[in-house]
Amino acid sequence: MKHLRNLRIALAVIAIMVMPACALAAPITINWWHAHGGILGEKVNSICEGFNKSQTAYQVVPTYKGSYADTMTAGIAAFRAKNPPHILQVFEVGTATMMAAKGAVKPVYEVMKQSGLPFDPNAYLPTVTGYYTTMDGKMLSMPFNSSTAILYYNIDAFKKAGLDPAKPPKTWPALGEAAKKLVAAGASPVGLSSSWNGWIHLENFGAWHNVPFGTKANGFGGLDARYTFNSPLYVKHIQQLADWQKDKIFIYGGRTDLGNAKFNSGEVALYTASSASYAGFKKTCQFEFGTAMLPYLPDQKGAPQNTIIGGASLWVLNGFKPEEYKGVAAFFNYISSPEVMADWHQFTGYLPITTAAYELTKKQGFYEKNPGTETALLQMILNKPTENSKGIRFGDHAKTRDIMDNEFEAIFAGQKTAKQGLDDAVKAGNELLVKFEKANK
Amino acid sequence: MEKRVVFRKKFLPYILVAPQIIITVVFFIWPASQALYQSVLQEDAFGTSSNFVWLDNFIDLFSSSEYLHSFYVTLVFSFSVAGLALTVALLLAVMADRAIRSATAYKTLIIWPYAVAPVVAGVLWYFLFNPTVGMMAFFLRQLGVNWNHTLNGGQAMALVIIAAAWREISYNFLFFLAGLQAIPHSFIEAAAIDGAGPWRRFWTIVFPLLSPTAFFLIVVNIVYAFFDTFGVIHALTRGGPSYATNILVYKVFNDGFINLDLGGSAAQSVILMLVVISLTVIQFRFIERKVHY
Repeated sequence: MKHLRNLRIALAVIAIMVMPACALAAPITINWWHAHGGILGEKVNSICEGFNKSQTAYQVVPTYKGSYADTMTAGIAAFRAKNPPHILQVFEVGTATMMAAKGAVKPVYEVMKQSGLPFDPNAYLPTVTGYYTTMDGKMLSMPFNSSTAILYYNIDAFKKAGLDPAKPPKTWPALGEAAKKLVAAGASPVGLSSSWNGWIHLENFGAWHNVPFGTKANGFGGLDARYTFNSPLYVKHIQQLADWQKDKIFIYGGRTDLGNAKFNSGEVALYTASSASYAGFKKTCQFEFGTAMLPYLPDQKGAPQNTIIGGASLWVLNGFKPEEYKGVAAFFNYISSPEVMADWHQFTGYLPITTAAYELTKKQGFYEKNPGTETALLQMILNKPTENSKGIRFGDHAKTRDIMDNEFEAIFAGQKTAKQGLDDAVKAGNELLVKFEKANK
Repeated sequence: MEKRVVFRKKFLPYILVAPQIIITVVFFIWPASQALYQSVLQEDAFGTSSNFVWLDNFIDLFSSSEYLHSFYVTLVFSFSVAGLALTVALLLAVMADRAIRSATAYKTLIIWPYAVAPVVAGVLWYFLFNPTVGMMAFFLRQLGVNWNHTLNGGQAMALVIIAAAWREISYNFLFFLAGLQAIPHSFIEAAAIDGAGPWRRFWTIVFPLLSPTAFFLIVVNIVYAFFDTFGVIHALTRGGPSYATNILVYKVFNDGFINLDLGGSAAQSVILMLVVISLTVIQFRFIERKVHY
């Protein structure tokens, strides 16, 4: 009897699942491979569901493919096997690789133009889209989740050390002084740590101080660009961090965002990290914390400029029918709509990609209710981006990040000076660029 | 005299070996030939443009100090893993062989870690030794050891060696225990009657009789440490700090799948293929013959 009942239920479920498909003309399926697991993955699914319910012509199917690197590798393997997804999420360091893959990628501006749907590139925040735009302003990929580097600080520890929590340090020397006080007062064992050292203390550091990270407008100007992040200002900053280790002002937190544990466990009271870490800290920190703009070196003219983004964007792959691209365009319009984008921004801490979504969030009073969530945006739009602060675009940059990590470890372990380490990183990175230029001629 | 069985029908033997041949071709010969082919190409990640570059990829490798350093790291890592896994397993096997009560329980517990996937093992050890929140790191700090494997290359190496060996101990233990139990008790009893103590009995009787097992395990362990440990490295150190644990097989994975340098990665796997072929030759040619059974 029980078996029979189970069978009936199963049949009913199948019937319910099949019926709508039979009743309507089958919608065109759009595959989207992304790298958001956990809560973010559920959010991605609900965005797609919202789009699928809003119309009947297209069905976006999101698939979680693992980490950024896993997703990109899976997309590339699928392209080679001639079975790619329509939309592939690629992290920012993969941008140059995607751009160089002519024939594999269909630029977003083309997709939007051919779809005939309304598309206004000026509706997007230039500091966000700039990273994914050509020199002459053509948008190549659709930014989806972008964040930037900011400073987090432990308000409880600040109070304990007699520091004013309303006035977080604005410059690096001021941060050094604050860290000394924190350690001396026993408010935290160490002052400062950081996640994503290469991204924050080299890439963002360069943009924030308006110094070039590489030649040819940070690589936007062509494949023959080379790295220059061993210039004196970078060396000065990294050497300072290394020297600060002795006085417990700074401690190396490990690669990627492994150092997060140092901040939420209270080992450090100052922490430079992605603005997208906000939600995680909100959940894990058992103390009050605040956010501030990244510190800068006060004697550098032009600082602070603006910071650059990290995160990922959506690339459209080649080889599909025009009506499928129309579906992709419709979906991109949907996620760029103020309501969807504002909701994504508020839920995740990623930057909104359109001005309208930003305005909407402001109007809803989100920033007043959640102090600290606007810091990243204010920092991004502080000044009109220059050649040095629009972003960076170098081939094989993921590997260069790897090289930076290894050199950072040599510097912070005292095996090399900052000058030696950065010189070696630039040398190894430039060898990759030469190889990349050769392979993509 | 050898006994020969001859098939009457001509095709039957071919049909019988066909499944094995097909599996070898599909899962070994074909991928290996692809690796050989890719190792002489330089292409973009999507394969839309590719240049034949002769042996440039190999020349690049051997002129890179990072790669040569990786060789050195791999040797240190592999021999340490094999050495640690073998000695600890032998010790445990000798003790388990003597245990009379609840011997099965000990054995089961010791064999367990082998069922743990390398990446999971890596994560377990990662949490134990995490410099900020790890329990072992905390105890070490109490003992005055400044544990920070994210910066200290020596500590990172020690950690990955322990994590990689931990799992292999179970495997070695099984073989050693079987080997110990195959040694006739009369030998040991005879030696005991002649007045040999336990230490002497072990080194003059048990150990030589175990040598075939030990040599087999040495080769298996080194092959494991060379090729099967990238999960542990990935979960624990990602080759860092400053290339201190960047073993060859991790570099293949990292360059190929993370950094998408397919040509360079293929060239590295060709070199690794040569290493494993020579290890196998050594095993069959020399060790199997020299060891007395």
